[in-house]
Amino acid sequence: MSTIDAWVAHQRERACQLPGAALPWLARRRADAIARFADLGWPTSRLEGWRHTSLAFLDQQALAAPAFAPHPAFALATLRAAFDEGDHWLVFVDGRFAPVLSVTGMLPAGVKAGALSEALNSAPDAVEAAFGSADDSASPYALNLALCSDGAFVHLARGTALEQPLHLVFIGATGAADTHLRNLIVADANSEATVVEHHVGGGATLGTVVTRVQAAQDARITHVKLQQQDAQAIHLAQIEAEQARGAYFASHSLSFGARLARNDIRTRFAGEGCETLFNGLYHVDGRRHVDHHTLIEHARPLGTSREYYRGLVDGNARGVFAGRIIVAQDAQRTDAIQRCDNLLLSRLAEADARPELEIYADDVKCAHGATVGQIDEDALFYLRARGIDTDHARQLLTYAFAAEVIERIAHAAVRKRGRGLLLSSLPGGARMEALQ
Amino acid sequence: MLKINNLHAAVDGKAILMGLNLEVGSGEVHAIMGPNGSGKSTLAQVLAGRDSFTVTDGSVDWDGTDLLALPAEERARAGLFLAFQYPVEIPGVSNAYFLKAAVNAVRRHRGLPEYDAMDFLARVKAEMKAVGMKEEFLYRSVNEGFSGGEKKRNEVLQMALLEPRLAVLDETDSGLDIDALKIVAEGVNRLRSPERSMIVITHYQRLLDYIVPDKVHVLSQGRIVRSGGRELALELEAHGYGWIDADGKAAAAASGARS
Repeated sequence: MSTIDAWVAHQRERACQLPGAALPWLARRRADAIARFADLGWPTSRLEGWRHTSLAFLDQQALAAPAFAPHPAFALATLRAAFDEGDHWLVFVDGRFAPVLSVTGMLPAGVKAGALSEALNSAPDAVEAAFGSADDSASPYALNLALCSDGAFVHLARGTALEQPLHLVFIGATGAADTHLRNLIVADANSEATVVEHHVGGGATLGTVVTRVQAAQDARITHVKLQQQDAQAIHLAQIEAEQARGAYFASHSLSFGARLARNDIRTRFAGEGCETLFNGLYHVDGRRHVDHHTLIEHARPLGTSREYYRGLVDGNARGVFAGRIIVAQDAQRTDAIQRCDNLLLSRLAEADARPELEIYADDVKCAHGATVGQIDEDALFYLRARGIDTDHARQLLTYAFAAEVIERIAHAAVRKRGRGLLLSSLPGGARMEALQ
Repeated sequence: MLKINNLHAAVDGKAILMGLNLEVGSGEVHAIMGPNGSGKSTLAQVLAGRDSFTVTDGSVDWDGTDLLALPAEERARAGLFLAFQYPVEIPGVSNAYFLKAAVNAVRRHRGLPEYDAMDFLARVKAEMKAVGMKEEFLYRSVNEGFSGGEKKRNEVLQMALLEPRLAVLDETDSGLDIDALKIVAEGVNRLRSPERSMIVITHYQRLLDYIVPDKVHVLSQGRIVRSGGRELALELEAHGYGWIDADGKAAAAASGARS
């Protein structure tokens, strides 16, 4: 029997306990969303965007909460030790805000950062404007809207800047079989912030996350996602941004964990002179699977986009990248570069890299490229010729290939954390500690 | 003492070295000259242990060790050093990490204590000063964005740190202007010692103005066709490689006729 009906029934049961249940607009959007999910069902390989990542198996599978996970406070303490005292932390355990674990410190005047569940009470109109709908969403993200139990709501007033990063930590404990989180980041004109999403821990069997970013004129928002969930988790995530004139948005996606991780990342240049950086790294081994689908929509002139993805694919694992860039007829003098390079670390590993450019304007500079390859023999020999053993040399070159992505993260402590995660996910990482 | 006997090597089924004989005594500096395609770089790579070359015949005895039986990393640890013609760029690995990993791999092999971070820095900074490298090159990625001269200096720095018994310099002069050439040559000369042999591979005579060899050999068609003193290099400078090529072809034809 299909589980779709169970999800619909489940949503009906949970709906009255979800945050904002009393808000008519939200109830309506949730009802529409679950209807859309029921209508579409789980995406299968028959859908173009899910050709390599079918979720049909979810149709037959009952989800169970994980039997064991370290205490959330333990996971958090390890994380916080890597960062400055002054950083801001919003922590969510099993899909719910955990105020006791959260420390937002001194936020500048005009900056709000708190739980979505609270913002639905204190500022429902602002949430409504940023919440989004599921009208065009793939079904997992419609399910997210229908069931989201919490997330972060961040508002940066005009001209405000958050100097220390805001960390959103999502910890999976043992309490839930599925979690659905929605983060809303609203950046008014000329505001600036770095927001880091950490996904850690035992984790629900199935987790969906939608993060929406609205960057007003000349705002500068950097989003970093560090996904290090346990090896049995299914992680389905969407990051969607909209940029007004002159706005800058960077998305860094580092994906190390989960059995199956899917990231749909997109931005739209709604004004002239926007700039974006899509920067990503994935490492999969065993029988794990990671998929990044990205979309950069140059809708207006003078936009610049840079996209660099790298993958390390080991064991029987599979890495998928599909990057689409659309340059609208009106988007003259667009400057776009896209690259995806994969390193296959075993004979059975598989990588698919598909760049896709759709250009309707005539005065543009666009370049793209994708590679799937092995470790460079010249570099390997160079290291061996200096006495470094073959295993260490391979590990070093693998690290170096991947670290180039991490070096693009501007914030030093976040970059260091990224390098640490990479080293801990690689074989032989311990003896390369000094590379951090 | 290095004894190369009747060395034959091929790449992708194409024979490059065809019966090369060479003996290099302890503390001697031998120059190997030859036209493009004569097998100079192949000799360097085969000695250093590059897997893509297949040794089809012959032997290399190095102080009683069968050199060809060792993998590249073990040759390096045992004291063989190849200064690359084209040093490889390795973005993402700092020169400091690379140099320390290399030095400690060699020290471990020789039963010496590994350097800790402080000792290593003191040592490497002293050696960098000697080859005229700025300290910032420690913190940059290995060879990334280095100019030709900086790359070659980095090779000489590695040679100084690894203290080899046998150094093979593969066209260390290529792509260098005269000032860079002098600095690199000084670095090499500083490392000359009775315990250290060197094979200096070069296309041009000018490097040998600064690194004065004990012997000069001319390589053609995968074998040594002439050996002599320094004056042989000057002769080549004056007359070019044309006459050597003719000799080499004649020799190859003769050996073909014999077999």
